[in-house]
Formats: sequence, C-alpha cells, structure tokens
Amino acid sequence: MLELKHVGYETDDNKEILHDVSLTVNDRFVAITGPNGGGKSTLAKIIAGIYQPTSGQILLDGVDITHMSITERANLGVSYAFQQPVRFKGLRVKDLLSLAAGKDTSVNEACSYLSEVGLCARDYIDREVNASLSGGELKRIEIAMVLARGTKLSIFDEPEAGIDLWSFQNLIRVFEKMYEQTKGNILIISHQERILNIADTIVVIKDGQVARIGSRAELLPALLGSADAANPGCNVLTSKIEGV
Amino acid sequence: MIDAIEKNLLHEVAELDALPVGAYNIRANGKLESRNTTANIDIVTKTDKPGIDIFIKPGTKNESVHIPVIISQTGLTDLVYNDFHIGEGADVTIIAGCGIHNCGGGNAQHDGIHTFFLGKNAKLRYVEKHYGEGDGRGKQIMNPTTIVHLEEGASMEMETTQIAGIDDTIRKTSGDLAEGASLVIREKIMTVGDQHAVTDFVVDLNGEGCSANVISRSVAKDHSVQEFKSYINGNAACAGHSECDAIIMDHAQVIATPGLIANNIDASLIHEAAIGKIAGEQLTKLMTLGLTEQEAEEQIVNGFLK
Repeated sequence: MLELKHVGYETDDNKEILHDVSLTVNDRFVAITGPNGGGKSTLAKIIAGIYQPTSGQILLDGVDITHMSITERANLGVSYAFQQPVRFKGLRVKDLLSLAAGKDTSVNEACSYLSEVGLCARDYIDREVNASLSGGELKRIEIAMVLARGTKLSIFDEPEAGIDLWSFQNLIRVFEKMYEQTKGNILIISHQERILNIADTIVVIKDGQVARIGSRAELLPALLGSADAANPGCNVLTSKIEGV
Repeated sequence: MIDAIEKNLLHEVAELDALPVGAYNIRANGKLESRNTTANIDIVTKTDKPGIDIFIKPGTKNESVHIPVIISQTGLTDLVYNDFHIGEGADVTIIAGCGIHNCGGGNAQHDGIHTFFLGKNAKLRYVEKHYGEGDGRGKQIMNPTTIVHLEEGASMEMETTQIAGIDDTIRKTSGDLAEGASLVIREKIMTVGDQHAVTDFVVDLNGEGCSANVISRSVAKDHSVQEFKSYINGNAACAGHSECDAIIMDHAQVIATPGLIANNIDASLIHEAAIGKIAGEQLTKLMTLGLTEQEAEEQIVNGFLK
C-alpha cells in the first residue's frame, strides 16, 4: 500500500507543481488522469524517488520512504516505467531484463516477459536497446522490465504515449492480463478510456492537486463526458477497428 | 615452460587455457615458446629481422591461427614484424594478442608491426587484444602497427580491444583497398589513471565499389587522455564511414580528429563523432531497477565496450 500525505513539490525557481496531494493506493489498479501539465508525471517521479518532494510524506507499507534514494525505493519494491524509455548503446534487451529481475535471466525467462508484452522474444533478446528500436518496441521492453521485477508497486507513466493504434490494442490486453495476475498495486498514468476502464480507482490530478478521486463507476462516465479524458478522435478510430 | 603468470596473460589476451587447435605461434619474453603449423598454414621465422611470416594457402577455409605474445620480464623491449600472406579465396581467423605483466621498476614494451596481404576474394577476421598488469613502477607500453593490403573482393574484419593496464599506446592502422574490397575495423579502448592512448587510422579507398567502416568506442576515466585520428581517402567510387563514440568521465580528455578526403566525385564518405558523459537518465533508469549509481555506471560502461 502506498500513501501520500500532503505532498507538495516546487521547482528550484519556486514554481509550484504539486500542492497538498494526499492519496492512498491500495487497489489492484489505480489510474491517474487529468489534463497535460497538471503534475501527473511529476507525482510518479516523486513516488519513484527521482524528484524529492518539498513537503509532505510518502509511505510504502507503512515505511516512510520520503527521503529514500531511487535505489532504496526500488529495492523496497517500487518499479517505474518511464514515459520516454531510455536508450543504451551496448546493453541488450536480455541484459536489461536480467538487471530488472536481479539475476541472470535464462533465455526462456526473458522470452516469457517479452511474450507478455507482445514481442516475438527470439527476435529481441540480443538486440541492443539503442536507436534501432522503434518507440513502440522500447515501450514494450520498458513494460517487460517492470514485469521482470515483479514488485509490490508498479508505476507506469503514460504507457500508451508514442504507441501506434495497432500496438495499442495489444497493450490494453497486456494491462488487462496484468490486472488479473498482479499481487501488488499498479499505478498507471493514462489518458486512455480503455485503460481507465480497467481501473478500480480513478484519480484526477489538475493544477497540481487531486481534483477528484473515486471508483471507476463513479468517475468514468463523467470523465468521458468532459475533455479531461481520452482523446475523442482516438476513441472513434478504436471503435471502428473493433467493428471491422 | 609457461608459468602461472604467463598462463594468466594467455587467458587474458587469447582466451587460451590450453594449446589452441590449429596453427599457433606463442612468443614469450622475446623468444619463440611454441609453434604448430597445419597442412594449409605455415609459420616461418624471419631471418633478416625479428618476427614471422605466416602463409595461408589459397582456398583454406575455417581454419584459425593464434599468435599471442606475452611479456613477464621487466625492462624488456620486444619488437616484431609479422607478415600475413592470405591466399586467394581463403576464409580464416587470426587471433593475436599481447599481454604484459610488469612487476619491476623498468618499462616493458611490445611493438608489433603486422602487415596483411589479402589475396583476391580472401576473407579474414582478425582479433587483437591488449592487456597489461603489474604492481611495479615500470610502465606497460604497446605500440601496435597494422598495415593491410586488400586485393580485389577481399574482406577483412578487425577487432581490437584494449581494456586494461596499458599505460602508453600509439596504435597505427593503415590500409589500401582494391576494387570491391571491404574493411571493417572495430576498436574498443578504456583508459584509466594517467594512461595515454593514441589511435591513428589512414585508409585509402582506391578501387571502385570498395568500402571501409571504422567504429571506435572508448571510455576515458580519471586523468587519462585519448586521441582519435581517422583519415579516409576516397580515391574512387567508394563508401567510407567512420564513427567515434566516447564516454568521458572524471578529469579525462578525449580528442577526436576525423578526416574525410574525397578525391573522386563518386566517393561517399561519412563521419560521426560523439563525446559525452553518461546520460543522467541512463543512470536513473538503472537505479529504478535497484542498482546503486556506481553499479549503474559500471553496467553502462561495460555494455558500451562489450
């Protein structure tokens, strides 16, 4: 269980990004949504330890992690999939999966993580995680790394960003499966209706604050009626594909 | 007889834990230690100067030659001239390597001058590894010179690695390529402490349709200095590419001087050079996987040089 208590964050030039955010993540699948620039990614980075909050407290299973480093939090069970995955010259997909799993993963293990995210494993395990991989491939590998870690808290920052429409269909299935299998908590930042549609709880972050919080049933209908949720153009296309 | 120190050097430079299969010539402390030839590969000691001639018969396939050099005496300067004659249509691998263990106060130096003559359509993979160790005050110095002559349709892939323990090195590589020949050079260098490494490539692309690709990846740590010079001369309708990619750390210095000289309107020459520190987001990513900053740095450097 993750608890945020009155978390605030100001940049070095005193710009307030987050203001008094209090939140408990105890469901299997919590989605954070809201307009761009509202502070969602900053919140994810604060939980992962990449940014230090300027006020408030963060607890993971009752342990105060507010001032812990990225490494300490990772070892306590926080995983974080970047919105824009990082490229590494020389490191292969298998190397990163081994580092994520904390042990030398066998080809079979590496393949199973990659298959989960819809990549044909044998084509990828020896590929370098460099500019030769497309944005969509990198995103999937990023998600596979979180699967390989299997920690109690997994944070995904806009997994749909940079993924084409065809790959997106598969991605939804990845998260649906993850929902069924997870023993921990999944925190996902997303604008996509179909991802919000899997969530137990939806949190709307706007102007650096928690604007609304509630169950999917309570919030989703209202969100779909507003501009805060999914890109409507994309929804239309998605439904057309399903109708084919 | 080879002792434990020399065995370790052989392992480091040639991954040899026993005598290799096929042809070999092992040189220890300036003298021939052991040699084996095969029906297709002959090794002959030069009579006019130190070194050997290696003759590979035309059409020889899937054979290999190991020619490691090891030095475990301090104060020794070893200079050899090795010439490789690769016959037409042969397809072979040559593994060279030099290991120095210097525990004395004097310098230990090995200067190898390797000249390759590749016949028509011959194919060669040449692997060269340099390694030094020692707890004395003396320096480990290596100055390898490689000269390659590629006839029509010949192709050569050269991999050179210098990861540890060489204090001073000037590595010179030059080549000339005839019609349809291709040369690929992959270099990996890491320098630490006050080490100094100079890489100097000159390639003449003389024949129509020939190509050269020079790829250098290096890591400079501490106060070390690296200089990378590469000149590709396009004298015909040819393709040349060189790429220098360096990670700079601590107080090191990296100097990259690429040179492209096109003497023909159909020469297509490209150079890419990048020098920079490890990207902060790479460290952050690996830290979110549970690595400390130092472990993350090691993984990135090891991967980069792999």
